[in-house]
Amino acid sequence: MTILGPLGFTAPWLLLGLLALPILWVILRAVPPAPIRRMFPGVVLLLGLKDEEQVTDRTPWWLLLMRMLAVAAVIIGLAGPVLNPQDDSGEQAGAGPLLVVMDASWSSASDWTARLEALDALLTRAEREARPVALMRLTNPEAPQFQAAGVLRSRLTGILPEPWQPDDARVTRALELLPDQDFDTYWMSDGLARDSRKPLLESLEGHGRVTVFESPRAHYALTPPRFEDGHVLLTLRRLRPGPETEVSLAGHGLDPAGNPAVLLRNPVIFEQSATEAELELNLPAELRARITRFEIEGARSAGAVSLPDDSLRRREVALIAGNENREGLELLSPLHFLNKALVPTADLLDGTLEEVLPANPDVIVLADVATLSPGEQSGITEWLENGGTLLRFAGPRLAASDVSRSEEDPLMPVRLRAGGRSVGGAMSWGEPKSLAAFAEDSPFYGLEIPEDVTISSQVMAQPDPTLASRVIAQLTDGTPLVTRKSVGQGQVVLFHVTANAEWSSLPLSGLFVRMLERLAVSSMPASPDAADLVGTVWQPLRVLDAFGRIADAGNLPGVAGEALLDAPLGPELQPGLYQGEDRSLARNVVTADTVLQPAVWPERISVEGLSRAQETPLAGWLLATAIALLLADVIASLGLSGRLGGGRAGSAAAAILAAALMLPGMARAQDDPPTGDDAAAILAASEVTLAHVLTGDRQLDDMAQAGLRGLSEILFFRTSVEPAEPMGVDLERDELAFFPMLYWPVTPSQPAPSEAAYVKLNEYLRSGGMILFDTRDADVAGFGAASPEGRKLQQLAAPLDIPPLEQVPQDHVLTRTFYLLQDFPGRYTSRDVWVEAAPPDAELIEGMPFRNLNDNVTPVVIGGNDWAAAWAMDERGNPLVRIGSGFSGERQREIAYRFGVNLVMHVLTGNYKSDQVHVPALLDRLGQ
Amino acid sequence: MSDRITLLRRDAQEEASRFPALLARAEHLAGTVLLGDHGRRRSGVGDDFWQYRPLRAGDSVRSIDWRRSARGDDQYVREREWQIAQSVLLWVDTGASMRFSSGKDLPSKGDRARLVALAAAVLLIRGGERVGFTGWSLPPRGGDVQILRLAEALATDGAEDYSEPEARGMIPHARAVFVSDFLGNLDPVEAALTKAADRGVRGVLVQVLDPTEETFPFKGRTIFESVGGSVSHETLKAGDLRTRYLERLAERKARLAHLSRLTGWQYLCHHTSDSAQNALLWLYRAMDGGHG
Repeated sequence: MTILGPLGFTAPWLLLGLLALPILWVILRAVPPAPIRRMFPGVVLLLGLKDEEQVTDRTPWWLLLMRMLAVAAVIIGLAGPVLNPQDDSGEQAGAGPLLVVMDASWSSASDWTARLEALDALLTRAEREARPVALMRLTNPEAPQFQAAGVLRSRLTGILPEPWQPDDARVTRALELLPDQDFDTYWMSDGLARDSRKPLLESLEGHGRVTVFESPRAHYALTPPRFEDGHVLLTLRRLRPGPETEVSLAGHGLDPAGNPAVLLRNPVIFEQSATEAELELNLPAELRARITRFEIEGARSAGAVSLPDDSLRRREVALIAGNENREGLELLSPLHFLNKALVPTADLLDGTLEEVLPANPDVIVLADVATLSPGEQSGITEWLENGGTLLRFAGPRLAASDVSRSEEDPLMPVRLRAGGRSVGGAMSWGEPKSLAAFAEDSPFYGLEIPEDVTISSQVMAQPDPTLASRVIAQLTDGTPLVTRKSVGQGQVVLFHVTANAEWSSLPLSGLFVRMLERLAVSSMPASPDAADLVGTVWQPLRVLDAFGRIADAGNLPGVAGEALLDAPLGPELQPGLYQGEDRSLARNVVTADTVLQPAVWPERISVEGLSRAQETPLAGWLLATAIALLLADVIASLGLSGRLGGGRAGSAAAAILAAALMLPGMARAQDDPPTGDDAAAILAASEVTLAHVLTGDRQLDDMAQAGLRGLSEILFFRTSVEPAEPMGVDLERDELAFFPMLYWPVTPSQPAPSEAAYVKLNEYLRSGGMILFDTRDADVAGFGAASPEGRKLQQLAAPLDIPPLEQVPQDHVLTRTFYLLQDFPGRYTSRDVWVEAAPPDAELIEGMPFRNLNDNVTPVVIGGNDWAAAWAMDERGNPLVRIGSGFSGERQREIAYRFGVNLVMHVLTGNYKSDQVHVPALLDRLGQ
Repeated sequence: MSDRITLLRRDAQEEASRFPALLARAEHLAGTVLLGDHGRRRSGVGDDFWQYRPLRAGDSVRSIDWRRSARGDDQYVREREWQIAQSVLLWVDTGASMRFSSGKDLPSKGDRARLVALAAAVLLIRGGERVGFTGWSLPPRGGDVQILRLAEALATDGAEDYSEPEARGMIPHARAVFVSDFLGNLDPVEAALTKAADRGVRGVLVQVLDPTEETFPFKGRTIFESVGGSVSHETLKAGDLRTRYLERLAERKARLAHLSRLTGWQYLCHHTSDSAQNALLWLYRAMDGGHG
């Protein structure tokens, strides 16, 4: 290969052919164009005119130049030019086995395709050199198997990164798996610094030469969202400081209609040489609750995706107390401690029950509220069924009331004994009671019970068969302290003590807050500590892959609460969203503490980047250009000799030339024209279009089509209705709404429409459409009687929503919408045409020429005069069917056309002509 | 023999099938012109009411309008507007040179000539005149059926390249309409016009030309041929002929205009790229002007 700058030629000797070009120039120049034969009636005026000068007919220079270029392109193309030729001699050609080590972590996912391409190139070279290759992914180390590079290449697409990092344990395992033989190593690093790199590198260097491959691409990471002071805070990090860069951060979630959508999109700017950027979002609570995922757009890596869990979703809690009028005595207020406990993590609602219920809060707290009105009761019950949590606290009022005394109240978990009890007070025996350890099935299981929590008063539960299952916290003597029952999807929880410190010291302790958390009354703080999660099991809901795509977790096993928080990610603990009892927790790839640090390699290791000029053979392009030029030459030559069709040859040639010169790769399809049904619908809707029902009888359908075409022509010439070409309508498939009128020829053999088609037809009739039924039998035997078409018509029309009919009365509006008519002939002249009957109360008003009949268009017109035949025209406007004889037949055809015009006018203008009878009255009223 | 008849009949049918379309277009075109003042503006024989006048001596008793007279003591006669049917003779060039059009969107000269002539005929017949062809083939008559006959007769094509006007059968004091491209020999035209002038026939010359015949937009080596192929002319540089061609054309137009001035005719040059309606309006106005 000969190399000239960035170009190389595989067959450079062919370039000598370029020397022949000047000779070609001289030869091509001398050929004159052939004369054009042109038809021109004015030739008589030319006879005898002589040419003044004899022009030498030479090919124009630009045509010559084009031909030269084409020939030059062919010659150069055949010489095999290659752009950016790769000089193999410079590269170190290795021998022996090659081990490809890939970090394959989430941070290499963003340019994974480029990595695979680089790997493919590497494997291709190895295949050429017949080196065995093995592959090892550090995120999921398996014993490397040296095999032919081609085998590995065929598996390339199956090699995927994992959404975690190669941690120490995995690297140690990889070290153990390394084979003993010598091999070269090609390490595709993800670019992040890691302590475990050093021992692995040293070990690999012991086996042979190590080449590192690293992408210079920017890596971004997104830390989990935090909620502070009413704002959502997001921190973005990047691997290397660089110039000022703007990235776009998107929040995905469900829109109000329940469809996945991008709910917000904010630009974030990394300052010059900064590695961290912050974004503060001020979102309404409702929008915040709907966000399911934040991501840096275009990053395509699990590190650039962050799943918010319940920490962003603030619960709405409605606090309602029985008596709130004790101003100034805040510490005694039944809601004071609840307020304090909930304000940091929940949105509190104030108001009465009626006001609060429509807001659909997550939790309603009733502190010492005894009786509820029946309306409130049913409202709360419904809300509970839909998943609300009703939290009740006892108190003096509840203790004194009869609620849930003799039988269980639906809004109380247990029956209560009258009065309650006091222990350890001045007037009672015994010590104040403390809490017993929580049972394993209790939601509070695992919470530590402080020593100093004591209960001095409480309401007592009535022993019941169901009581044991409803107790979730009890005192050391076994008395229930907190009871719960589920109602529908919701639950009712009763604390048997007050919500203030009157009856117990529970509200003063941290245990109270945690118990509220476990009951999902308050939201979980942004970073729950392990102690809170001890003893809980979390089920993965959705997991992330390395590319940041969310997948259903399927049947992955549950994860222990304490592991969920700080165990390293791996196949057992994949990043994603985990569902616990009543709430969810997200485990993201990047945590608040993740620091991105670029990997540093020792000097002796050579590091390659991804970008590398590709070898591009140019022969194909050059040859294609030559063909395009030659095509253009053909067109230009034709144009020059005037054979492209008359005077517009020039412009046409220019257009074709431009089209031919466009490179094939640039040709782009036009917007696809709408096809099939849409096109027909657009056509039908853009003009008035008459339509006929397809009967399946080819001949009949053609006749109907020709008839409507004739009627359309007549309308076009005589009236301002200018219909488009008529259409055949398939009742089963086509939309009917576009057509003002359907012509329905009846044959005994046509199939009856389906149920769905009848629904459509009735809809059509109700919305102002009209069907003209034509039995085409001249109605010889009277309407609906003996002829087979008549019987078929009865059968067809039975399911239709047709009003009572009568024969067209003399004063029907159909007789005067355009022409004044009394007969409605087609091919036959039967007088019997049926339309919707006039209302029985239509009477002739004094002074009016017509009765005021129906107020709308008659939905059907039924007759047997074979109108289509009388209307039918071919494309040239010749009548297709002979009507009557001689000019009287033509007269009958004329009247048939007039009937058609009247009919279409009636459909389009409704009772307009009928309303004309009111004109005198209107004028009179106006004082004219 | 029967083959020939079948062939002829097929051709005839094909030809005949063209005339309804022509008729429809002509009627559509005629529909755009409002029939206006074609009455004679004086009393006479006609359909339209003109005036009531008192009974004079000599009026027959039958002519008294009893309805009007019953309102008073005098007797009145109902007079109608004088309407007289004029004969209009058409000659439409059927030569092969008329079958030329320079572009797909342009009608051929012959089509345009037929359209304008037939539309004018429709208008005239509706106005009560009688329309026919020069020569003996179709004498002037009135009525809708005559329109059909005219349309049928117009649908034929001549064989020769440039046809000569038919000047026989001119009815004295009739009106005439000659539609042609007038590219052939002008002497027969002159003869026909002189003959017509002798008989007191006045009329209209409509010259229908294709736009390329006006502009001559040709260049380079070209062989020009007439439509029938009987005449041809070769040039190496068509562009150079342009000015001389245009001079000859202008000369020809001037001669036509001069001829028509001499004989009391009117002359219009119409291009197929223009709207047919313009030509029709002009034509109708020119015909009507003669009646006034």
